Amino acid sequence: MEFFIISLLNGISFGLLLFMLSSGLTLIFSMMGVLNFAHASFYMVGAYLGFAVSQVVGFWAALLLVPLLVGLLGAWFEKFSLRKVHKYGHVPELLVTFGLSYIILELVQLIWGRIALDFRPPELLQGSAFTLLSQPDGSLGFAWGRAPLEMCQPLGTAICSLFPATRAFIMGVAILMLISLWLLITRTRVGLVIQAALKHPEMVEALGHNVPRVFMLVFGAGTGLAGLAGVMGGSTFVTEPAMALTVGAIVFVVVVVGGLGSLAGAFLASLLIGVMQTFAVAIDQSLGSLLLGLGVALSAEAQAHELMRFTVSKAAPLLPFLLLVLVLIFRPQGLLGNRYH
Amino acid sequence: MSSSAPPYAIELKGVCKRFGKAEIIRGVNLAVAAGERVAIIGPNGAGKSTLFNLMSGRFGPSSGEIWLNGQRIDGKPAYAINRMGLSRSFQITNLFPKLSVFENLRCAVLWSMGYRYSFLKFLADLEDVIERVDELLHQMRLEKKRDTLAMNLTYAEQRALEIGVTLAGGAGVLLLDEPTAGMSKSETKRFIDLIREVTEGKTLLTVEHDMGVVFGLADKIAVLVYGELIAFDTPEAVRANARVQEAYLGSVPAEAH
Amino acid sequence: MTAAKYYQFRPINVGRWFIWSLFALVLLLAPLVFDSSFAISMMAQMGIAIVACLSFNMLLGQGGMLSFGHAVYAGLGSYVAIHALLLLGEAGLPVPAVALIPLIGGLAGLFFAVLFGYVTTKKAGTAFAMITLGVGELVFIASMVFFIFFGGEAGVSADRVIGAPFLGISFGPGIEVYYLIAFYTFLCVVLMFAYTRTPLGRIINAVRDNPERIEFIGYDPQTVRYLVFMLAGFFAGIAGGMAAVLFEIVTSEVVGPIRSGSYLLFAFLGGVTFFFGPIIGGILMVLAFVMFSEITKAWMLYLGLIFVFMVMYAPGGIAGLIMMNLRLAMFGRLRELWASYLGLGVTALALLASMGALIEMIYHLQLGTAMGDEVPFLGMSLNTLDADVWFGAVFVALTSFGLFELCRRSFSRQWAEIQTDIEKEIKRRETS
Repeated sequence: MEFFIISLLNGISFGLLLFMLSSGLTLIFSMMGVLNFAHASFYMVGAYLGFAVSQVVGFWAALLLVPLLVGLLGAWFEKFSLRKVHKYGHVPELLVTFGLSYIILELVQLIWGRIALDFRPPELLQGSAFTLLSQPDGSLGFAWGRAPLEMCQPLGTAICSLFPATRAFIMGVAILMLISLWLLITRTRVGLVIQAALKHPEMVEALGHNVPRVFMLVFGAGTGLAGLAGVMGGSTFVTEPAMALTVGAIVFVVVVVGGLGSLAGAFLASLLIGVMQTFAVAIDQSLGSLLLGLGVALSAEAQAHELMRFTVSKAAPLLPFLLLVLVLIFRPQGLLGNRYH
Repeated sequence: MSSSAPPYAIELKGVCKRFGKAEIIRGVNLAVAAGERVAIIGPNGAGKSTLFNLMSGRFGPSSGEIWLNGQRIDGKPAYAINRMGLSRSFQITNLFPKLSVFENLRCAVLWSMGYRYSFLKFLADLEDVIERVDELLHQMRLEKKRDTLAMNLTYAEQRALEIGVTLAGGAGVLLLDEPTAGMSKSETKRFIDLIREVTEGKTLLTVEHDMGVVFGLADKIAVLVYGELIAFDTPEAVRANARVQEAYLGSVPAEAH
Repeated sequence: MTAAKYYQFRPINVGRWFIWSLFALVLLLAPLVFDSSFAISMMAQMGIAIVACLSFNMLLGQGGMLSFGHAVYAGLGSYVAIHALLLLGEAGLPVPAVALIPLIGGLAGLFFAVLFGYVTTKKAGTAFAMITLGVGELVFIASMVFFIFFGGEAGVSADRVIGAPFLGISFGPGIEVYYLIAFYTFLCVVLMFAYTRTPLGRIINAVRDNPERIEFIGYDPQTVRYLVFMLAGFFAGIAGGMAAVLFEIVTSEVVGPIRSGSYLLFAFLGGVTFFFGPIIGGILMVLAFVMFSEITKAWMLYLGLIFVFMVMYAPGGIAGLIMMNLRLAMFGRLRELWASYLGLGVTALALLASMGALIEMIYHLQLGTAMGDEVPFLGMSLNTLDADVWFGAVFVALTSFGLFELCRRSFSRQWAEIQTDIEKEIKRRETS
């Protein structure tokens, strides 16, 4: 039971991180029509800069500074490069962001090398947020932080499951960030202009608003959000050059599965994929063990065959992409997308 | 339910179209006989282009039936309807910008001449195609611009090409959406003569704002107001129709917007 | 119609036969000129890259379909081909059977294009690109997970010499493989060019330009795209099959996202708006991977920068640049630009040199100064600890960039003027 709860929470925290990325991507796409191929690259820059800056002024200052830096970088790129390509259409826009992802990857490898960095979370986040204790009598106990060692096996009686503080932090920051974003968009003047520009950019420009500046703002905000996710993700998971590609591919699956242009869809798909991945990695059942469990008799040779020994955890990296293919076959507009996009 | 006999070229039965809560087309019944020339008029926002979109298959009706030459077509994709003999032009020129005038027309005839998705024959060897395209170029007076890219043509030439592409496939039912939009009076007159010439014998439905054009070109006029067909009759009868007069209330319908 | 300029070209009437014969001759005689085994291997790789990039452009340049996963079809073609090669060897078939391996690769590419293409071509534009990325990742991860077919980290190896020499040919020596590849390259280039002259080849151009209008002239854009996707997969598979024969080993990077990205990058650099652009791209790709990587470690960074610059200022690629300058020459206006070109060239070189110096120094620092503080660069020795050197390099970089921008703007102005004149001239000629 506690395994289920902890895994679910882990999955949700990963999903929320994915949503931080996919929401920025969706906003940029909805407003400017351009899918920012380099979005996960900004995530990577956030992680690497987070590492570098935290070495100088500490993690917490980095958490505040780095998203700003990354956002500025994104806004600068929008102004000096993306904007110039806008007139050529969507494919060149996609190409220029693809080129940027290349450049960022090479720059990062140039400056920091190809090996993973040891980017640790700060002292405060290195422990557990809380512990779930599963007593032998079936009851479930709860303790803030780490439960005392005497209570947990092998010294004590309970099976203790820890929920890492870093994960809880991610959840907290993500929810906070998204609520403030929602408030910004729905309750402020700037937000109103953004909402309008989302649907009718030409009209908004005719009304006198500086739409290019709004675009730059949105692009900067989206990439800044990615940078924030990068600081947290880089310290919680891993900081290495491959992170942009792996996370990026999953984020793109999220936006297509959720429905291109739909924020609610991106939210749903992020959580779905986050939870799915987290559970899948922990399941060691294989096709063979499943068949045996169902009562199918398998010879020793059959059991040793690669396909039979294939476990769910091994298949975990494949799952988001399988989901993509399935969604495309049965519901091509995505979970919450509209047909007329 | 079947189409009312004799088979009309195009027939709408109780066609409604809603976008969200907005009802754009409300129960339109229209039957156009083969060879008839119908002009569809009405104030802006009446739903004329929507009607065309419904008939050509850009989207399907919320309810009702659409029949083409005795066959049901509502809900079918646009390419299927086109293959059954209905072709349309667009109010805002909708060509293949990077292809030449010749290529635009050639693409438009390929399906109807049976060459489909063929990748085993050379275009240069398809003499019947080339002949047909040359014929169209001559009809639309675009011979001199044979190799010009569509995006480099003048506005009037683009409109002519637009019509050319629409009739290239030999469809029997033609929907022309404001063909003279944006043209001067003299250009309009010449263009309408051209249209009359090239659409000889076909069933024609046009959306038009210029009353001179309407009365000169059409056998019948259909008046669409707020998604409802309030009149469908000969020009003289429509001119005398009280409901139509009320709808227009003496105001001159807006020129092409 | 779009706001960006699009230039019109008269077909250049240099006899078709002449160009194709020249191409065939170059393929035939190249090994006699560049006869080292290194050069021959590189030329064989170029043939493969040319076919792969051309097949990629069937999608992008001709169909408007941006694929981030084209390596899947070339790569899976390679895998099937190498397994076929193993089978041929075991079955004891005569040596000429090896000549069929690229074709088997092509059929495999076709098969997978039929399989994945249905789902992939359901959407167009941005969604299509994302789907190709997803399918690409799927196949790439699968290739690292399923050992039986993909061979895990070691990949799958085979011996291309499957038997006793047949009429003296065993496909063992590099030169024999080169001629096999040259044959297939010529055949594929001819076929892909011929295809552009067929109804399907033309209709896909129309689908690219206006997928909405195409429905109203009787064509289903999805079917058209699916068919073209299949054909592109076929030719990609042939490239993969050739690679299997040449390298005698296939590992999972052949279906990977980096390979897919390379096809995209180099096809675009070569030029996607002209048929011969990806040929240039393919040649560049091999030169870059084999030779540029020796000159500087940061060559991929340069590549990315040049790519972005080209998307912004020269979206027609190298082929586009050649054709536009040719057009200028035909109207007799090319010589006016010599000063501008000189300015651009000099400032670009200065920029490259200074940036190169900075990059080499940064790279050296990052690797740790176990190798001392001096970095050799262009015959000079740069001291990475010397602030003056850094300042100098940054200064030169910034000023040359500034000057480059100035040159580029004046060039742009001059260029635009000449283009307007040329357009007037074309109109004049048309109406007379």
